[in-house]
Amino acid sequence: MTLPPFQSLLDAHAPDLYRFLVAAVGRHDGDDLFQETVISALRSYPGLRHADNLRGWLFTIAHRKVIDQARRRVRQPVPAADPPDVPQLDADTIVDAELWDAVRRLPPKQRSAVVQRYLLDRPYAEIAAVVGSSEDAARQNVRAGLQRLRQEVTR
Amino acid sequence: MNATNSTNELHRRSDRRVPGGADGDDEDDLGMRLRRADTTDVAALVDATLRRADAEGLVDVGWVVEDTPVGPLMLAATPAGVVRIEFGGGERVLEELASEVSPRVLRLPGRLDDVRRELEEYFAGRRRSFDVPVDRRLSRGYRRTVLEALSREVPYGHTVSYKELAERTGNPNASRAVGSAMATNPIPIVVPCHRVLRTGGALGGYGGGLDTKVWLLRHEGALLG
Repeated sequence: MTLPPFQSLLDAHAPDLYRFLVAAVGRHDGDDLFQETVISALRSYPGLRHADNLRGWLFTIAHRKVIDQARRRVRQPVPAADPPDVPQLDADTIVDAELWDAVRRLPPKQRSAVVQRYLLDRPYAEIAAVVGSSEDAARQNVRAGLQRLRQEVTR
Repeated sequence: MNATNSTNELHRRSDRRVPGGADGDDEDDLGMRLRRADTTDVAALVDATLRRADAEGLVDVGWVVEDTPVGPLMLAATPAGVVRIEFGGGERVLEELASEVSPRVLRLPGRLDDVRRELEEYFAGRRRSFDVPVDRRLSRGYRRTVLEALSREVPYGHTVSYKELAERTGNPNASRAVGSAMATNPIPIVVPCHRVLRTGGALGGYGGGLDTKVWLLRHEGALLG
């Protein structure tokens, strides 16, 4: 079994991986989680037993980083004196700050599912693999995420 | 500009697959707004990430493509030293390195700084031998013995025949094996297989092309004219 050079995974998927993470956690944490995702992936890459769906494998690691980060946030709430966690959004990068703030308040599974579905345009089978659920559950995650966004976001 | 194009591309694809947004997602303008997000170039972040990966010992092969007077060279190194040099900068070699050394093959220019500097000095005529460590793991057995003898015994500006090199390794009848050792030298220029000629001075072969072999030998003053 031969795995492709890891560089080819980065060439193919790094832009989407970064978009996924910035959408899920904001620009600042997105940078950190991108690095952590790639480092974790590099640690386990030589031990992979097959090269099927390396994209899904990479995004599964990224999704777990998003979950870990959400747990850290719960354990260490941001002090009330701090300004609210509004990610730095350049007007020309992420244009819809209100919506993305709401996305980042979704539970991690819904968040990953919504971002995979809409920002990255992935099929439900792949979303299911990334968030570790059935295809139906992935569909339900997207639906529930959208519903919640609709309640929070002005039109 | 590309980012904008690819976003539009997403819109088009999605519109095709979700006519009227009726695929059970209850999609409306919210879906369109979610599709619109975009981020800037990720290259600088990738570079920073790979420097960190290197510091954590996670880059088994680092490579870069460097322009030189003999054309682009793909330079690759493990933490132990320069492991591979390929004429033409061919990135197909990356696949070979992934299967023969480790799949953790990454573009890491910093890993190659020393050999790039020494090559630049060599091509500028200011360096006659290479001091960078080499990792000889891609050559084995007698081939490796021959390449080590070549590095040790045939200095800048000198040439040797396949037969003489065979003799110097204690195998006077092994010229053919010496020839295949040269043909499969993983680290040309730094391990100077261009200095090996046929008996009588005919050029023999060269992985980087005979023009390159002649260029290198003239550059070293080993060929006249």
